[in-house]
Amino acid sequence: MIAPLVDAGLFSDSASLLLALAIGVAFGWALERAGLGNARKLMGQFTLTDLTVFKVMFSAIVTAMLGSFWLARLGWLDLSRVYVPETFVVPQILGGVIFGAGFVAGGLCPGTSCVAAATGRLDGLAVIAGMFAGVTGAGLLLPRLPALFDATPRGALTLPDALHIPYGAAVFIVVVVALAGFQAAAEIERSRR
Amino acid sequence: MAAPKPYANPYLAGTGLGLVLLAAFVVAGRGLGASGAFIRASEHLRGSGGPWFDWIVVEIIGVVAGGCLSARLAGRWRIAIERGADRTASGRLTAAVSGGVLMGLGAVLARGCTSGLGLTGGAMLSVGSWLFIAAAFTAGYATMPFVRRAWR
Repeated sequence: MIAPLVDAGLFSDSASLLLALAIGVAFGWALERAGLGNARKLMGQFTLTDLTVFKVMFSAIVTAMLGSFWLARLGWLDLSRVYVPETFVVPQILGGVIFGAGFVAGGLCPGTSCVAAATGRLDGLAVIAGMFAGVTGAGLLLPRLPALFDATPRGALTLPDALHIPYGAAVFIVVVVALAGFQAAAEIERSRR
Repeated sequence: MAAPKPYANPYLAGTGLGLVLLAAFVVAGRGLGASGAFIRASEHLRGSGGPWFDWIVVEIIGVVAGGCLSARLAGRWRIAIERGADRTASGRLTAAVSGGVLMGLGAVLARGCTSGLGLTGGAMLSVGSWLFIAAAFTAGYATMPFVRRAWR
């Protein structure tokens, strides 16, 4: 049998929701264990005093990327059936800029605000309230501006497609960049101590 | 209550998080997300979406449960407002709401956040995800000088 398992018709709808719950619990657990439910810790990334955000995010990306690459190589996972976020060049660069400014203004990102709120942090609840207002306003406004919202669509474009290199080569490059980043993170933290 | 336990080693926590993300790929053929749950709930309340009780919403309920459980077991659960020493509570909460509004707008425009685009799309080597990550962190560093005093 080839994963994703949900395509094999193994689960009923309610079993699939139970799996969503279990994956969410593990996700929230991992974020909290890392300290990413704490806005002060998250902001250390941007004052360059505590690079936990970078370390956690990139070790997670590398782990999942290498895992899915090797499972696909072994024939156990059909990568073409795993969802790849679609690329919209201009909306994602502009959205990223707005999001990044909001992240540093608010101190938490969407997932970590949920963990912050779940651990008693009222600033987490405030970020959640603001975000709800933001997605509601944007959901009403942006579909009326298709010239911006739907600009520069590129579909499920991946780095190996865009760079015309083999998938494994792109994986290798990300690993090398991440390892260099981990080394740099250690040096930055040392120099700030 | 006992003193809070220290946080986990970031590489250990990150590898664990990566295995959770890999499990989501293998089981469900999709990754992790957060802003999607807010968008789904908002659409449902406006009467324009489908059922609110779907994969991403249930996943985020799990995130709340898992974060709460982990903090309880580590002695880190407490009612507090995380802020810098010379930041008032109301100032911190106002900044948090404002940041949330901006992130909501940015996430709808970009079609994802640090979870759905950052982690999931990052691991799947989506071009748009890597553009989003680069733009968000660049903007974050550009914004920090304006709010730095709030975090001292």
